[in-house]
Amino acid sequence: MNVNGVDHPAPTDPRRLLSDHIRHDIGLTGTHVGCEHGVCGCCTVLFDGAPVRSCLMLAIQAEGHQVTTIEGLAPDGAPLHPVQQAFHETHGLQCGFCTPGFVMSVVGLLKQNPDPTPEEIDEGISGNLCRCTGYASIRRAVLRAAELSR
Amino acid sequence: MEFLQPATWSEALAMKAAKPEAVPIAGGTDLMVEINLDHRRPATIIDLTHIKELTEWGMDDGRLRIGAGVTYARIIDELGDRLPGLAMASRTVGSPQIRNRGTVGGNLGTASPAGDAHPPLLATEAIVELASTKGTRQVAANEFFAGPKKNAMRADELIAAFLVEPARGPQQFSKVGTRNAMVIAVCSLALAVDPKRKHVGIGIGSAGPTPIRAAEAETFIQEVLEEHRLWERHVHCEPSALKQFGELVAAAAKPIDDVRGTADYRRHALAVLARRTFRWAWDDYRKSK
Ligand SMILES: Cc1cc2nc3c(=O)[nH]c(=O)nc-3n(C[C@H](O)[C@H](O)[C@H](O)COP(=O)(O)OP(=O)(O)OC[C@H]3O[C@@H](n4cnc5c(N)ncnc54)[C@H](O)[C@@H]3O)c2cc1C
Ligand code: FES
Ligand code: FES
Repeated sequence: MNVNGVDHPAPTDPRRLLSDHIRHDIGLTGTHVGCEHGVCGCCTVLFDGAPVRSCLMLAIQAEGHQVTTIEGLAPDGAPLHPVQQAFHETHGLQCGFCTPGFVMSVVGLLKQNPDPTPEEIDEGISGNLCRCTGYASIRRAVLRAAELSR
Repeated sequence: MEFLQPATWSEALAMKAAKPEAVPIAGGTDLMVEINLDHRRPATIIDLTHIKELTEWGMDDGRLRIGAGVTYARIIDELGDRLPGLAMASRTVGSPQIRNRGTVGGNLGTASPAGDAHPPLLATEAIVELASTKGTRQVAANEFFAGPKKNAMRADELIAAFLVEPARGPQQFSKVGTRNAMVIAVCSLALAVDPKRKHVGIGIGSAGPTPIRAAEAETFIQEVLEEHRLWERHVHCEPSALKQFGELVAAAAKPIDDVRGTADYRRHALAVLARRTFRWAWDDYRKSK
């Protein structure tokens, strides 16, 4: 499978979750794991460009596909991705545990819909839980990200 | 755990025939939850995500034939105009990440009474196509659901597709839950109006051991529409008839009290959803004159 532009060998254990494979085998720990049953959205990655939950996939199912994690958005030293920049500017995070998942969901949302309405923003981030911010600053981050991406 | 990854449909059917206990995986949004929570430990998994046929749809003798592996996201994007009721239901499934992976085939495989694809499939009299190495057979959605999380599929079979006529009239879907996204429905209802056949189809969800077709309510509302020539006159039906319609839909349910709601509440809500969705759909029909 290709993760952030780099090819990686298949996992040796067919039971390996994609989330665990990314974190433990490939060593990219930016993808977080909160619930492991599809509810929190922390583990969201892009699978062939679309946001999915990496805890609900077997790593072996990703063979031959493109996976993008939070580390793939802006290489070390490069300017932040517009969505990351927007979360930074609008304080779209407090503890930051949920942030990689939100950022990946928002990247997917804006790719499909570059100019979302407030309702479409709520819908776009409805699969991600945040226990700190109360979501207001995250909504602002999405609007700002849309602006920065124009 | 053994992991099988067939590249073709015939290979998948051969694998299932050789190992009937093997568990198929499509989007994994039901199965992986069960595995991660250790409710299930399949010895063998058959990954269906590499089979092209399952992700295709097209017309087949007047019906749409939609592969079991078509995701909710694609139903919304590609079939929203032809299957508005199913697309509405699909929009309420989980969240974008779930809709990008989850499939109608998986919803049918799980056969939960709360599966959101089921009410629209019942309301539109969809057919489920099951396949094995011995051949294919078609089962009406109405006969597919056999009990709580039980369906008519044999151990050597897989779900190939579902067949449904493109909408000829307004369709609606409505569900009650604590929030818009990411909840299991307290109850749900789909309604499909077919002016050509002068038919109104109704499917209800989360209100019994299986998804249920409200056949008596269908007959009743059709008789009202016929008797008062409402199809031709394009006017609204009497509130008293609508009230009785709601009561018949509620009577078709076999709800229980559970953490999401009481049986009484579910019956009450279903009557409201029935009246409301019928009014919405009938308004659309009247305007389409
Ligand atoms: C956070 C979250 C929210 C959810 N919200 C909703 C919701 O709002 N509404 C709703 O209805 N569901 C919801 N679900 C459940 C799930 O997303 C749906 O039931 C979905 O349709 C399952 O499809 P899948 O492709 O992911 O199935 P899988 O998990 O891959 O499979 C489900 C079952 O079907 C079988 N199966 C799959 N494909 C086939 C086939 N072709 N032939 C035979 N058997 C097959 C599998 O063996 C398995 O038993 C939610 C799940 C999660 C994790
Ligand atoms: S860890 Fe995947 S959704 Fe929570
Ligand atoms: S910032 Fe702490 S959970 Fe979202």
